Amino acid sequence: MSSGINGVALAVFLFFFLAVTVMGFVAARWRKARNAMSLDEWGLGGRGFGSVITWFLMGGDIYTAYTFVAVPAVVFGIGASGFFSVPALTLAYPLGFIFVPRLWSIARRRGYVTPTDFIRDRYGSRALSLAVALTGILATMPYLALQLIGLQSVLTAMGIGGTGASWFARDLPLFIAFAVLAAYTYSSGLRAPALISFVKDTLIYLVVVVAIIYIPYKLGGFGHIFAAADKAMAKQNPVTHAPAGAMVPSPATMVAYATSALGTALTMYVYPHNATTVLASKDRNVIRRNSAALPIYSIMLGMLALLGFMAIAAGIKPAGGNAQLVVPELFGMMFPSWFAGVAYAAIGVGALVPAAIMSIAAANTFTRNVYREFIRPDATPAEEAKVSKLASLLVKFGALVFVIGRNPTFSINLQLLGGIWILQTFPALVIGLYSRWLHRWALLAGWAAAMAYGTIAAYNVPAAGKPGSHFGGSSAPIPFTHVTCYIAIVALVINVIVTVLGTFILRALKVDAGIDRTEPEDFTFTGSETQASTVLSPVQGSGDSSLLA
Amino acid sequence: MTARRVIAGLCVAAPFIALLWVSRYAALGPQLWGIPFFYWYQMMWVPLAGVLTVIAYVLLRGEGKTSR
Repeated sequence: MSSGINGVALAVFLFFFLAVTVMGFVAARWRKARNAMSLDEWGLGGRGFGSVITWFLMGGDIYTAYTFVAVPAVVFGIGASGFFSVPALTLAYPLGFIFVPRLWSIARRRGYVTPTDFIRDRYGSRALSLAVALTGILATMPYLALQLIGLQSVLTAMGIGGTGASWFARDLPLFIAFAVLAAYTYSSGLRAPALISFVKDTLIYLVVVVAIIYIPYKLGGFGHIFAAADKAMAKQNPVTHAPAGAMVPSPATMVAYATSALGTALTMYVYPHNATTVLASKDRNVIRRNSAALPIYSIMLGMLALLGFMAIAAGIKPAGGNAQLVVPELFGMMFPSWFAGVAYAAIGVGALVPAAIMSIAAANTFTRNVYREFIRPDATPAEEAKVSKLASLLVKFGALVFVIGRNPTFSINLQLLGGIWILQTFPALVIGLYSRWLHRWALLAGWAAAMAYGTIAAYNVPAAGKPGSHFGGSSAPIPFTHVTCYIAIVALVINVIVTVLGTFILRALKVDAGIDRTEPEDFTFTGSETQASTVLSPVQGSGDSSLLA
Repeated sequence: MTARRVIAGLCVAAPFIALLWVSRYAALGPQLWGIPFFYWYQMMWVPLAGVLTVIAYVLLRGEGKTSR
């Protein structure tokens, strides 16, 4: 596929890319507030997003180019075990339904921009809030880098980039795409991905619906697809003599499957970029309503995952053995050129939206919880917005450096680690929404123990068929047992045990637990009371907002 | 703890039991349109979890003030 440029597909792709770029810049003037230079405006879109926009934005977080490219790639490679992201997303909604409204309420009531702002206020500990902030930024970076890899795989499938003598020629298209993204994120903030996500999701829906009807039809039905997949999964590795994968999890992998699903669902709302979307919505019920409406996204994810099996049935052998190319190559093979272009645009725009949200979230975290906290405590709102805009550029540039000239496996492994890390902020954040019993120093100790265990355990996992290699997967035996389990969950259990024991000890020793600045009624604040305006005045949109709200 | 809250709690808990108990559904049959049970069962739970979450939402909203 990488031989020669697919002209028609490229033209269609460029059309959508340009359209989205225009939207990205125009977004700065969409529902504009009088005082645009503040973090509430740039970083949270004025906190005025209604159900429809929030729904698209949340989908933008969950449905990334990476999901589009990597989930089918894993199913293509190992079968059933790659399907865990479907139950993970299914479980994410009831979870969000339980605790996210509380996070929204406290954040709206007290003007938080990031989840770390809450931790700072709740526990009165700068050390703990710094630990959570840095974990958030560190975990977001590789996730952002993976969006680039998704974009890169599409560019490669179209025959531009990916080849050439120097890294510069190879990655120039990617570089340009990202520079454009950085420019409109800088000028429009969260409004840019919010507006573009309409286009993105329309494209993705269209492509997925066409793909799941048209491709199985061309391949002779699901029966044939699963038969071909079954045969491919049973094939033995010539070195290890282990089968390539399995069509259903074996008893030995069931715990890993269940814990991967649960762990991924739990991380869903502790990633800073997911919280950004939640905090940008204008009222508490928007969150609950959306928790119920979002599953429509996961139906698509299930079908998307099955594209991996369809690629097997279609006989796709990705160029250079790079599994990330499976889906782009399948689209190129199955669809006429012009629709392949639409599909590539869907994946490409699907990379830009979450990349923008992630860089904004990481930038907000840096500004509020590192810059204002440790460098300039008296920073004005305008200064905060300025720092955040610059930080968003830096974060994107960092992710680009990460990807250029490196094997995609490197970023995927780091993303794996990111998932393990970010889940370790769960006790401080989520338990903190319900109870103040846990001690700040115990939380910090639990976090440190879990981070250490998780990192070491992930380092010790060899890649399949390569003994002695590192970061080869995200599941490992639970210490002192033979039960294989998702590392993030084991680390979380260690985290909670250390935190609870530590809290008992510290409370017995009467160590200062810090000042809690929150009030119990802050957690159920609905946003409709008039006192909302004393903290933050919600943006009153013009005509279009009533339509979208 | 009213009956409404109990039912809402069950609605939210059901998908967890249904999906985390993997041995219950790690099977190839019965197939649906050629799709093995393992795959269609999990995809079926996607809209089901959505419906249950809507029921929980309506039940809690009916209580007047949504707390928790």
